[in-house]
Amino acid sequence: MTWTDDQPMVSVKDVRKSFGALEVLKGVSLDVMKGEVICIIGPSGSGKSTLIRCINALNDIQGGSILVEGQEVNDPDLDKLELRKKVGMVFQQYNLFPHKTALENIMMAPLLVLKDDKAAVEKLARRLIKKVRLEGKEDSYPGELSGGQQQRVAIARSLAMNPDVMLFDEVTAALDPETVNEVLTTIKDLAKDGMTCILVTHEMGFAREVADHIYFTDRGVIVEHGAPDVFFDAAKDPRTVEFLGQIL
Amino acid sequence: MEAIYEWFRLLYDNTGINLPFIYDSYDRGRMISGFFMTVKLSVLCLVLSVIIGMAGAWLQNSPLKWTRRIVNGYIQLFRNTPPLVQLYFFYFAIGTMLPKVTNDWGGQEPILGGFAWAVISLSFFAGAYNVEIFRSGLEAVPDSTVEAAEALGFSRFHIYKDITLPLAIRVALPALNNNLVNLVKTTTLAYAIAVPEMLYEANQIWSDNVNVTEMMVFMLLVYFVLVGVLVWGMNRWERALKIPGFGA
Repeated sequence: MTWTDDQPMVSVKDVRKSFGALEVLKGVSLDVMKGEVICIIGPSGSGKSTLIRCINALNDIQGGSILVEGQEVNDPDLDKLELRKKVGMVFQQYNLFPHKTALENIMMAPLLVLKDDKAAVEKLARRLIKKVRLEGKEDSYPGELSGGQQQRVAIARSLAMNPDVMLFDEVTAALDPETVNEVLTTIKDLAKDGMTCILVTHEMGFAREVADHIYFTDRGVIVEHGAPDVFFDAAKDPRTVEFLGQIL
Repeated sequence: MEAIYEWFRLLYDNTGINLPFIYDSYDRGRMISGFFMTVKLSVLCLVLSVIIGMAGAWLQNSPLKWTRRIVNGYIQLFRNTPPLVQLYFFYFAIGTMLPKVTNDWGGQEPILGGFAWAVISLSFFAGAYNVEIFRSGLEAVPDSTVEAAEALGFSRFHIYKDITLPLAIRVALPALNNNLVNLVKTTTLAYAIAVPEMLYEANQIWSDNVNVTEMMVFMLLVYFVLVGVLVWGMNRWERALKIPGFGA
């Protein structure tokens, strides 16, 4: 069966994930269509980050199915390289390569993984630096950049692989309040360009503005989901109401 | 030059301080050849032991249980036995078991001579420590950095070669310096299997001239300077590898 873009780009079905005896995902399902932006919110420990780490196989799952453009992730013979070319990921702690400059960080994966031509990759990297508004920082090392700048390099680094889906794992959680916006603006630009995005976030205002669909998770299950306006203004489940009441 | 030789000859005549490796052309030749033999032995063992260390640290993380066991067995064997015993083991036990070859004069001689065995033995000796030194460096690289590379589709080999090893080297350099300094000093053990390195040649000279005291003082000074040069080079390397904003 070949995947076409009228089917969900990412299809998560009844996913179960345990760390030893601790079951952190207890049957989670969601679909993401091409070009959609979805936000997953919920209290810490509810399994949000684990869920998106399962989508690009950084964590394995014990049950259920995850299809990325029709490719089954829960498969012992999974072609991880094929999967990771399609799925980009940005982390809470940026995780840049500290011994490489901003430009080199962006160039590494296309050079080593895709084995693309160096001149073309450099051109792409400079374009991406511009896209994340970091002109002039090409030759800076991660240690010389602020958190927000590092996170934008990390976004550019993922984009350099030309992914179809981007995963964002609490990417502003480690940032100073004043640099959060520069990263959120970058993500908004991406969403506007039609990038399919799955975000785990605590930024409710941002989620409301940018998301097409919000999922609320608690204790390993999706408690409630819906379009942002409905979700934020008319949450029904008492757990959602309590969470939103604490955070808003 | 002749004047200097003459001066040292007079020094001997007038004070009894006998430095024939300066004024006597035959002893001078022995000393110089011993010096270069020590340098050659040191450089070869340095390079090989670092390669063994890098390869061993990679194999230590192999998914294959037996590969890991063999590497750990190797480390235990070479760390828990004296280097002189190792050298004798290679030269006398392994060396005599190997087939002999016919030399230019029609006689039978071992396929590997003392020098080759010294290089092999000392490289494995220092290599065992280097594996552990690189391992300590590798363990200092955060898992999250490795995950970022995985998420970008890096292969295990590229993660090691381009991410974890370059970072590990920077952490491990002070310990590596120590071990390499020790290695250069340990090359004097090759004396025991008649490799004509510096200490061996010094012994030849003091046997002929009965000037043990002078030779010992000279040996101490030469090794002090030789190792000093290595330390200077390693410190320069350490500085050259420094990354702005990393490690501090």
